[in-house]
Parts: sequence; C-alpha cells; structure tokens
Amino acid sequence: MDLYEELSKDYRFKEGLHTCINCGTCTAICPAAEFYRYDPRKIVNTVQSRDNAQIEALLRSETIWYCGECMSCLTRCPRKNGPGLVIMALRDLSVRLGYFTDSEKGRQMLPLTHAMTGNILNYGYCVHPKTFKWEDHQESGPVWKWHTEHLEKSMERLGANYMGEGPGVLRKIPQESLDDLKAIFDVTGGTERIALVEEYSRKKAQEMGMTIEEYERYAFEHCSDEHFND
Amino acid sequence: MIYEGKQKIWSDYQKEIPDDHWYFVRSCIRQNFFPASERMFTEITRNRLGKDIYENPYHTTCGGIAYHCDTIPQETVMTIVARQFALMTEAGYENYVASCITSFGNYAEILETWREFPELEARIRENLWKACKKEFNKPKNLAHTSDLIYHWREKIAELGKFRLVDKETGEPLRIVEHIGCHYAKMFPHKAVGGAEYPYVLAGMVESWGGQVVDYPERRHCCGYGFRQYHVKANRGYSVSNTHKKFESMEPFHPDAIITNCPGCPYFLDRWQYVIAEQTGKTYGRNGFGIPVFTYEEIAGLILGYDPWDLGLQLHQVAVEPFLDKIGIEYDPKAKYLGLNKEDIMRPELPTSLKCF
Ligand code: SF4
Ligand code: SF4
Repeated sequence: MDLYEELSKDYRFKEGLHTCINCGTCTAICPAAEFYRYDPRKIVNTVQSRDNAQIEALLRSETIWYCGECMSCLTRCPRKNGPGLVIMALRDLSVRLGYFTDSEKGRQMLPLTHAMTGNILNYGYCVHPKTFKWEDHQESGPVWKWHTEHLEKSMERLGANYMGEGPGVLRKIPQESLDDLKAIFDVTGGTERIALVEEYSRKKAQEMGMTIEEYERYAFEHCSDEHFND
Repeated sequence: MIYEGKQKIWSDYQKEIPDDHWYFVRSCIRQNFFPASERMFTEITRNRLGKDIYENPYHTTCGGIAYHCDTIPQETVMTIVARQFALMTEAGYENYVASCITSFGNYAEILETWREFPELEARIRENLWKACKKEFNKPKNLAHTSDLIYHWREKIAELGKFRLVDKETGEPLRIVEHIGCHYAKMFPHKAVGGAEYPYVLAGMVESWGGQVVDYPERRHCCGYGFRQYHVKANRGYSVSNTHKKFESMEPFHPDAIITNCPGCPYFLDRWQYVIAEQTGKTYGRNGFGIPVFTYEEIAGLILGYDPWDLGLQLHQVAVEPFLDKIGIEYDPKAKYLGLNKEDIMRPELPTSLKCF
C-alpha cells in the first residue's frame, strides 16, 4: 500500500500539509516537544519524503501519539501547514492498519475508545459523572471526592438538572437522541472503528500474555521512562 | 506607532455578534466540572439581560473531545454536528452559540472544511439523512458563549454591584487571562481579536475595572492535550504544561486568572493543588493558590450573586482571599451546604495548599 497516497485522502492531511521548509517553528512552540522526545518538524518532513518504509515506521512508533492536538503549530507555521492535523491523519491510518498496537502510547486507544464512545452512546456526553471515577482522578482533589460522594445533592445545590427530563445542565439525554447517535455511528464508520480497535487490541493482548482487561488497565496506567526528554 | 499597527490588525478581527436570538448548545466538560457556570450563562443572558437564548433538550455532545482523542472518525463527528445543526434549523434559529471551546473549534473546523470541500458536506448530508432522516441549514453566525458575555460586557458593568478593584487601595486587580487553544489558534478570524491580540477576556477584565497582566507564557497551552489527560499514564504532560505557565506568571503576582475554555479552569486550578501537594510550592500569597475563574463566575460576582450559588465551592484553590479583596460578602459556614441549607458534610482539606 502506498501510505502517502492513503494519507492524501484524509481531509485533515489535505489541509495540514503543503510544503514544509523545515524551519522548526512548530517544534519551538509545541507543548508536547518540551515534554516528550517529540519533534513535529521531523514528522512532517518524514511524511513529505513519501518514503513508504519511513512512514510505516512512523505509524508503528510512539512518536505520533505524543501530540496534544492543541493546534498551536497551525497558527505559527509560515507555510500554513498544520503538523497537528497531519498527526490526526497519521493516527487514523495507524488505527485502520492495526499498527497502533505496536507502541505503548498507541495501545492507549483501547481504554480511550471505551471511555469516549461509551459515554457518547450510553449518555450522549463525552464525559459523564457516572464514569468519571475519583479513584482514577485523584488530581481532582478532596473537593471533587466530596462532590462525587454527594453528587445528586451537590448538583441540585448548583442548579443542575442532573439526569432529569427537559433542558438544563447534565439532563438525561432522551432515548430518541441516543438512538440517533447510534445510527450515526453505524452509518459513518464509528461502530466499525470501535470493533477494529477491540479486535487488534485483543490480538495484541494475547501476544503479550494478558487478558484483555489486564491489557486495557495496563495501557491506561503504565508509562515507561523512554518517552521523556532528558 | 506600534499601537497603531496593533489597532489596525485588531480592526481586521472585529467579529460580528448579533444582539439577540441564539440557539444554545452545552459543553460536556463544563456541565461536569462547572455546572453552575453554565446555569449562570442562561441566568445572566435571559433573566438579567432579557435575551432569547433557546436550548433544545434533544441536543447532545458535539463529539469534539472523542474526536480529538482520535476515537471517532471525522465523518462521525461531522454527522453528529450536522444533527446539532438540524435541531437548530427545526427550531427556526440561525445564530448558534456553543458553551465550549473544543466545540467552538470543532464547529469552526467543520464549517471551514465543508466550505473548502463541498463534496464532503454533500456526503455528510447523505449520512445524516440515512441515519436520522434530518436535514439542516448551516448557522449564519457561530459564537462562543464568552463572545456573547464580551458583547454585553458594558451592560453587565452597568448592572454590576462590584468592580475588579482592590477595596483597600482602589487599584485595579491584576488579572491573567487564558483564552484556550482552540478559540483562536485554528481559525483566528473567528475569534474576537484573532490569535495575535485576542480580546474576548481582556475586554471583560477592562470593562469590569481590572487590569490585564501580560507574561511570557500567556498563550501557552494549559496542558489538557485530550489523550494526554484522559489517560492516566499521560497526565505528566498536562501538569508540566500548567507548571510552565505558573512559573512564568508568578513574578507578575496576579490576583486571579479568568479562563475561556471548558477544561482550562479545571486544569489551572487542580494542577496547582497537585504541585502544592507534591512539592510544597504555592503561587498565591500566604500558602494560597491563584484562584481561577470562568468568565461567568466573574460576571456573576460583578453582578452580586452569592459566590456559593456560582459554584465557587467546587474549586480546589480557595477563592475567599479574592472575594475579600473586592469586598464581596459571603457566609463561610454556608460554603458546602446543600439546597435549603442541608448538611451534606464537607471535603477534607489539602495538606499543603491553603483552603477553607
Ligand atoms: S498540535 Fe500537536 S504538534 Fe502542534 S503544537 Fe500542539 S502538541 Fe505540538
Ligand atoms: S513550522 Fe511549518 S514549515 Fe516550519 S518546520 Fe513546522 S511544518 Fe515545516
């Protein structure tokens, strides 16, 4: 498969890659580059080389998962490239080809997919109190522990309509709307994408000698030292 | 002379904001973490300013966070957004206001991509028809909720009981503003003031009597990074970026931070707590942090709402020193009470970060 050709079909790629002059401005302002061993300039340059082997290596690497999609690079690139948009296209292709399970950061696709699509299809929100567990979010502080322990009362105090009918904050999304979301997922490849991530992850879990639950938890929690700048 | 240059660029980024009749959609993050802020947006705009802000209970997430966590294909997020537009069309509105920067950026990106690639818009229309039997018009005007508060900032100042002024010295309070990456970095012409001189929050601060503090990392990301926060293994990315901002603003001694984004106030507040607990370092005076507010929280304080009705008890950084500076009265004993003064216990206090 000509990977560059495949990437070129992605609208984010069409918008995000013109000609890169390797000036390094994107890397200079990139929040990910400061923290991780990450250089958006190199990524864009590798992609524009059209070298299939190098692009494949990129799709299997940790590198493409370091970006935070803040799009700071888009504003500053003198050639109107968007390395963040190129990254989105690379991640999409990495998932479709199953290459994402080759990297620790790529394997995070499983817990992320379950969390996000689960919230959307079950509740109609990307984030929802029923799945935001304090134990997994201790940085939210003792105040949030208290809030989640008294969720209904605290939400009531703040004027929310938590799980209620009609409009308002954190209202229950009507079943009709949830059915629409499910139909949209079915028609647009969202459902297929979830199945694909699960299938490749299951294979990888087997290879790593883990149950799928162990694999998912490990992907969510484990961080090796290799990712960081010195 | 430089000022003239800035003024010229600024005039290129004046955004047309219709004065009334808005179709309102909510933010996933804000409903979870700042529920009272969203309620305050409708309270202020409808009840204090008399505007028509319509909410359809059938609307859903825009899918933006899932999209930027790379978990749903672009056509999926576009069709979810098309459905949101269809609900607006059915309700007879053409001005669309989103209560979330991720959503705002998502809507702006989608409208722009459709403009550039009309064949993609046609495909999304087919998708929506197949999935939901719905059709849509695109909004004539797209705004973020802060654009509207900005638009009505002088009116809010007129109705206000307080100003962002130190009651002892009469000096303007020193405020840092954080507009959030997806507000102006992707499509600067869709933002008040563009990417170079974003004025949406600075305008509010000035109209309400405060002084905007500039600092080197003013435009640096808060560190959300989508997957860089939602996955536990990646959260070092998030706290490191917040840390960088606080180290940079510290020498300028801000009294408070006003934020635009749904996630930014949460991260700027909570990572101060984590930094304090891990290293003992605090960025405010006397062991306190620098309080972080949404624009509705600040507007609500100006208008004289009870701080606990604004949800300020859900911040981990204590807001009381800031309220004291302005001279806003509050009942410390009522901070953690439920509705009708019901006792619902109270949170434990952090060890390093001073809080009440
Ligand atoms: S979008 Fe990604 S590559 Fe661009 S500045 Fe942000 S983190 Fe860096
Ligand atoms: S800023 Fe643009 S031109 Fe410069 S290295 Fe980055 S992508 Fe290439």
